[in-house]
Amino acid sequence: MATQQTQLLARTLLTPAVALLFIWMIVPLALTIYFATLHYNLLDPGSESFVGLENFRYFLTDPAFLASLQNTLVLVGSVLAITIILGVPLALLLDQQVVGLSIVRLMVIAPFFVMPTVSALVWKNLLMHPVSGLFAWIAHLFGLPAIDWFNEAPLFSVILIISWQWLPFATLILLTALQSLDEEQKEAAEMDGASAISTFIYITLPHLARPITVVILIETIFLLTVFAEIFVTTGGGPGLQTTNIAFLIYSQALIQYDVGSASAGGLVAVVLANIVAFFLVRIVGRNLEA
Amino acid sequence: MARMVTTRNKVISTAAAWLVGFLIFFPILWMVLASFKTELEAFAIPPSFLFFHWTTENYVTVQERSDYFHHALNSIIIAGGSTLIAMLIAIPAAWSMAFSPTKRTKDVLLWMLSTKMMPPVGVLVPIYLIYRSFGLLDTRAGLIFILCLGNLPIVIWMLFTYFKEIPKDILEAARMDGATIGRELIYVLTPMAVPGLASTLLLNLILAWNEAFWTLNLSTLEAAPLTVFIASYSSPEGLFWAKLSAASTLAIAPILVLGWFSQRQLVRGLTFGAVK
Repeated sequence: MATQQTQLLARTLLTPAVALLFIWMIVPLALTIYFATLHYNLLDPGSESFVGLENFRYFLTDPAFLASLQNTLVLVGSVLAITIILGVPLALLLDQQVVGLSIVRLMVIAPFFVMPTVSALVWKNLLMHPVSGLFAWIAHLFGLPAIDWFNEAPLFSVILIISWQWLPFATLILLTALQSLDEEQKEAAEMDGASAISTFIYITLPHLARPITVVILIETIFLLTVFAEIFVTTGGGPGLQTTNIAFLIYSQALIQYDVGSASAGGLVAVVLANIVAFFLVRIVGRNLEA
Repeated sequence: MARMVTTRNKVISTAAAWLVGFLIFFPILWMVLASFKTELEAFAIPPSFLFFHWTTENYVTVQERSDYFHHALNSIIIAGGSTLIAMLIAIPAAWSMAFSPTKRTKDVLLWMLSTKMMPPVGVLVPIYLIYRSFGLLDTRAGLIFILCLGNLPIVIWMLFTYFKEIPKDILEAARMDGATIGRELIYVLTPMAVPGLASTLLLNLILAWNEAFWTLNLSTLEAAPLTVFIASYSSPEGLFWAKLSAASTLAIAPILVLGWFSQRQLVRGLTFGAVK
């Protein structure tokens, strides 16, 4: 029923946001595509020349790419698995009658608000240091040898830190979903003599399917480009053991100054993220109609 | 109707929940404790949990040696500035899409969301080169601009989901009474939108405060916010745990408080309304 005037107004109000986001999306992406077809090294100025798909060939056949792709997948997969496998029981626990629940909730959600550089450094030094870290002391108490985390299991150490940061996110979302679960449905099941386990499998778990999907998709978007945690703890090493795609592109661009190859890598990262985004946008879009 | 819960169950779940909560919170607690120790005690094995010589010396040293307030001020200006600008651009856009939706509104919203999916590392190279040629590297303006754009889709989305819940009948009633669009905005819409505006503001302050990709890559010293300042403690020669802990505690304290206030909105904001 909107009049022409309000329609015009609505469009005017929307324009700045749309225009800005459009420029933000198109300009850097177009430049990335353009740079990806050039031989372009900042250490060798003036030597820019068109090389076609050479950078993609170089980036994709570089052993570092395969290693970093593998690290990226292991990192994303492990953190997802850890946060969901621990997040579901944790959310179920917090959904029980707990005295002082609001304080427990605060403690559980806290890691999510800690900036990545802080959590990475606190874990690396105060907890995981092979000599003076708390974990080394605990191992000593049990008569176990201390683990030199970042040398013996570097990728696992990074995974541990990132899981700690994202467990609260998964838990909070699953808890919010649990709280919207119809209590009467569960009661009816209990009255019909359903055991706690079958109530969980047939009522709770199906109800959690959607929030779990949302957690997986959103975490994946963020985890694909984990950067700060690696930057301050391992610098991608030892060797390439903790280099993920984001860190590989960073090191090619800002350490080796190879603009062409880093741009090609950037496009590979965009394609990977888009595969995930495709599904996420679908799910959110379906919700928009409801 | 509450389920019957036996006292025993309640005791068990309470104990378990507190134990797990404590374990998850422990690294933060341990950091705060370390910030009040001397460097020697922070490093000591066996560690002392409470019975050490409490000192606030680290907090003083962090400011004296490394100009903590300079970086804190950068964080405030960058996070605050980028959030405010994003809000100014997003409010009209979200208002328009919530109250005068067209056939294409859904597509526009989903397209905006998809811009957030672009991994920042995919456009690191051109952004870095553009910033270098325009002298924007290591400037607050440069960081404000990029964080504002990065968060704009989330801000629009959050505002949209809140505005959408404001009943339209009220606006029509106001229109019948002859209210102009300006009056409608000020007297009818604003009071109803305040809670949504506040939680959007809060969540985006948190996200901008903790942003650690663009800040690490585009700033070094002058414009460096706390994320970058803390990262400077990662150098191997800088193993000052107590000072690292003091600086870290200061860096996360304000945002932890804000975060605790906004935890309910967090779910809604970060899932783009998919989980409420």
